[in-house]
Amino acid sequence: MNRPIRYLAVACLVMFVALLANINYVQFVQADSLNDKNGNKRVINEEFSRDRGAILVGDEPVAESVPSKDEFRFQRKYTDGRLYAPVTGYFSYIFGRGGLENSQNRVLSGSDNRLFVNRVVDLISNKKPKGGSVETTLNPLAQKVAASGLEALGEDTKGAVVAIDPSTGAILAMVSQPSYNPNVLASHDFSEVEDDWRRLTGDEDQPMLNRGTQQILPPGSTFKLVTAAAALENLDLDPDDMVKAGRTLSFPGISYELTNLDNGTCGGNRITFEKALMVSCNVSFGDLAGKVGQDDMTAQARKFGFGTDALSGLAANPSRFTAEGTDLEAPQLAQSGIGQFEVATTPLQMAMVAGAIANGGDVMRPHIVKTLRAPNLRVLDETEPERLSQAMSSSNAAQLTSMMVKTVNSGTATSARIPGIDVGGKTGTAQSTADRPPYAWFVSVAPADDPKVAVAVVVESSSTARSEIAGGRLSGPIARSVMEAVLGK
Amino acid sequence: MSSQPAWVPRKRRGAEFFLTILAVAIGITAYCAVGLGTKGTIPAGVAKLAAALIVFAVVAHLVVRRVAPYADPVLLPLVICLNGLGLAMIYRLDLGRTQLDPDRAQFANSQLIWTVIGIVAFAVVLFVVRDHRRLQALTYTFGFAAIVLLMMPLLPFIGRTINGARIWINLGPFSFQPGEAAKICLAIFFAGYLVVKRDALALAGRRIAGIDLPRGRDLGPILAGWLVSVGILVFQRDLGSSLLFFGLFVVMLYVATERPGWLVVGGLLFAGGAWFGYLAFSHVQVRFEAWLDPFADPDRNGQIINGLFGLAHGGILGRGWGQGSPQLTPFSFSDFIAASMGEELGLTGLMAILLIYGLIVERGLRIALTCRDAFGKLLAAGLAFSFALQVFVVVGGVTRLIPLTGLTTPFMAQGGSSVVMNWAIIALLLRISDQTRRPAPEISTFDSDEETQVVKLT
Repeated sequence: MNRPIRYLAVACLVMFVALLANINYVQFVQADSLNDKNGNKRVINEEFSRDRGAILVGDEPVAESVPSKDEFRFQRKYTDGRLYAPVTGYFSYIFGRGGLENSQNRVLSGSDNRLFVNRVVDLISNKKPKGGSVETTLNPLAQKVAASGLEALGEDTKGAVVAIDPSTGAILAMVSQPSYNPNVLASHDFSEVEDDWRRLTGDEDQPMLNRGTQQILPPGSTFKLVTAAAALENLDLDPDDMVKAGRTLSFPGISYELTNLDNGTCGGNRITFEKALMVSCNVSFGDLAGKVGQDDMTAQARKFGFGTDALSGLAANPSRFTAEGTDLEAPQLAQSGIGQFEVATTPLQMAMVAGAIANGGDVMRPHIVKTLRAPNLRVLDETEPERLSQAMSSSNAAQLTSMMVKTVNSGTATSARIPGIDVGGKTGTAQSTADRPPYAWFVSVAPADDPKVAVAVVVESSSTARSEIAGGRLSGPIARSVMEAVLGK
Repeated sequence: MSSQPAWVPRKRRGAEFFLTILAVAIGITAYCAVGLGTKGTIPAGVAKLAAALIVFAVVAHLVVRRVAPYADPVLLPLVICLNGLGLAMIYRLDLGRTQLDPDRAQFANSQLIWTVIGIVAFAVVLFVVRDHRRLQALTYTFGFAAIVLLMMPLLPFIGRTINGARIWINLGPFSFQPGEAAKICLAIFFAGYLVVKRDALALAGRRIAGIDLPRGRDLGPILAGWLVSVGILVFQRDLGSSLLFFGLFVVMLYVATERPGWLVVGGLLFAGGAWFGYLAFSHVQVRFEAWLDPFADPDRNGQIINGLFGLAHGGILGRGWGQGSPQLTPFSFSDFIAASMGEELGLTGLMAILLIYGLIVERGLRIALTCRDAFGKLLAAGLAFSFALQVFVVVGGVTRLIPLTGLTTPFMAQGGSSVVMNWAIIALLLRISDQTRRPAPEISTFDSDEETQVVKLT
């Protein structure tokens, strides 16, 4: 009977080796991903009682841990919580983390591998570990100006403002309204936290949605910049070339006709390409989109960053030219060319479009984290500007930039004019369903020759009467004040 | 026949004593570390625990020295070490769980009492069973006892259902899992039965694809064993015991007959039973789905997820005694004590504990290999393998290697019946080992025999 017993011994060995291998897998290989799971109370307990690092805007902390007298020892405190909530996110015992609190958790909590030496030193000197800090790219003044601009439109206005530095991709302002107060979610009074969470998640207006990066809406006429770029690149068009205009664009065999805003004529049946952008002529751009064709339009949009989520650190949704797999009919392609039908973008994406045009066609990767620092302020990581793609040739980009400047100087986007500075811009008013007001868009970039800031503003709905809504009137002044804030005017 | 110098195995009782003291020291140190980790002071009850552990460990050692002097010297220290670690962890979980809710039941004291009872049972087995071969005479008595023990939880009044499994009985203030005792009885019964029947089961049969398959009419016993296991699954809802008993039976059948065909038949029957269980019982499906993807339903699979979180939080070196949060896991003191160990002692500590289990199994199988009689061989192999299988099933379940089934972690998990019966198993293994290593009785040889030798052998 010894032979089977020997085999049995081998079988037992296999079982124990399997157990040992498996715990190595769970406790070593899988450990980090398990520790990162939301709802892991052990990690939350530990992190809650840790001196968590700060999230900085400029030199000022907008999220920091201050000592508290209860069992957790520290309380997360947000200065201007509502203003920065779309970026900082929240840090809740029950509901986990959001925003940078979530994506930069390793550094903030001090568990990042780059802080290993600090941890060892803390361990040896018997100190509690401290978290590192996250410095954002935000410009506090631009952020405040953007928020007060949206607030001025009324309490129940929904909208977002995103400003970026076109030459680096750094996000300078990211405001979403309505917002929420992360201080309440970080409270150690858990019943209060639960009530607030239920209220926030049940709210139809979705205050916890970051409208700057997560919500895609039809961009309306601001999308004509993409169509214009595609026309310049593919149709060998010059700003002075004549394009089709007039009251309507009709399609053979179909009764539908594409019209202009307020049934205008754009100033003639043939106008210059430049004029078409300045007056935001639907007929011209519908026609141009048809000439470029769906494939090249899609490709152009993709070059600007549509279809990808290039932003790391914050939840973001990719923008789209068409829904997955849609084959556009001629009228639909024309509608798409003016930012309707299935076109839907985030404000961040539209700021990237405007910025890339003024930046010689180079799309820079957007980023929100400037530097990560250890508790002793040693720099752990610094985000380097990175070119995402070349959306158009620099000569075409220069032509389109000057067309945008003319649109601001004497076209539909005059509300963004800043004395002494060349500003390029484009308005947009996108139709949604009949029972809700249209989306008022505005994108702009300044200075046009050496871009420092590109802004996209969208106002989703407002108490302002429906007829008054036009991108230029509602969103333009906000974009201008943000640009002025960044440029120090 | 040349006279060989008789090989006399060393008793090595001194080594056993030294290792025993080491094991006790580990347990007491762990207990102190719990106090230091949670409150910053050495717990007040340490004197009581230290005294009890030292006295009973030394008593156990002296009993072995007295009645089983040739027994394996490593087994006793190994189980004392596990038992001590288990006591420290249960004490630590008592502290943690009362912090969550002051009304939670406390287990450390009762576990200490059960440990003492277990060591007493260990001594009793060694004293009463002076020769394990005597047990063979009681083969069918043990078989009957096993069936009675298995049926007891199903009886009205004394049977109790806890967490969906009807495997408990009430004995006055105590509840008891008779399945633990049934395991030993079954091992003795299988060993006794198979020693007698092995030839019939081994010789007849036909060969298909290189494997000797048994005859149809010889399938009776294995089918009976299978039916009993399925019965346990159906009537007691106890997946773990069902698997354990069937595994024990199939493996002993294989060892007795030396025919891998039985493993094939057993494997097929097990697959069939498992498939039936999966289809018939929602709790089996729940366990299986929780194994495949626990995070698909975090509320329902909270226990296994919590166990995994604990293991991950422990990481390589662990949080340290009293410094993790194992109390967050439901049943952290019994079914999930391995996860609690992994959290506080880390990967390193849990690997050490698994190695201790592995060593116990290895010593058990070594005893089976060197044992001279078939009954002892089978019994030792069966006990050692069932021990290995039990550790594999429960630790594998907790660490999500296999679907979770309820079995106790030997010597560590809270629960009186488990501790007492495992001590009894170790006593049986020591008894067989003592028999094996004991020098053969002196047989006086007569020189005159040489002259009467008819056939020269060498």
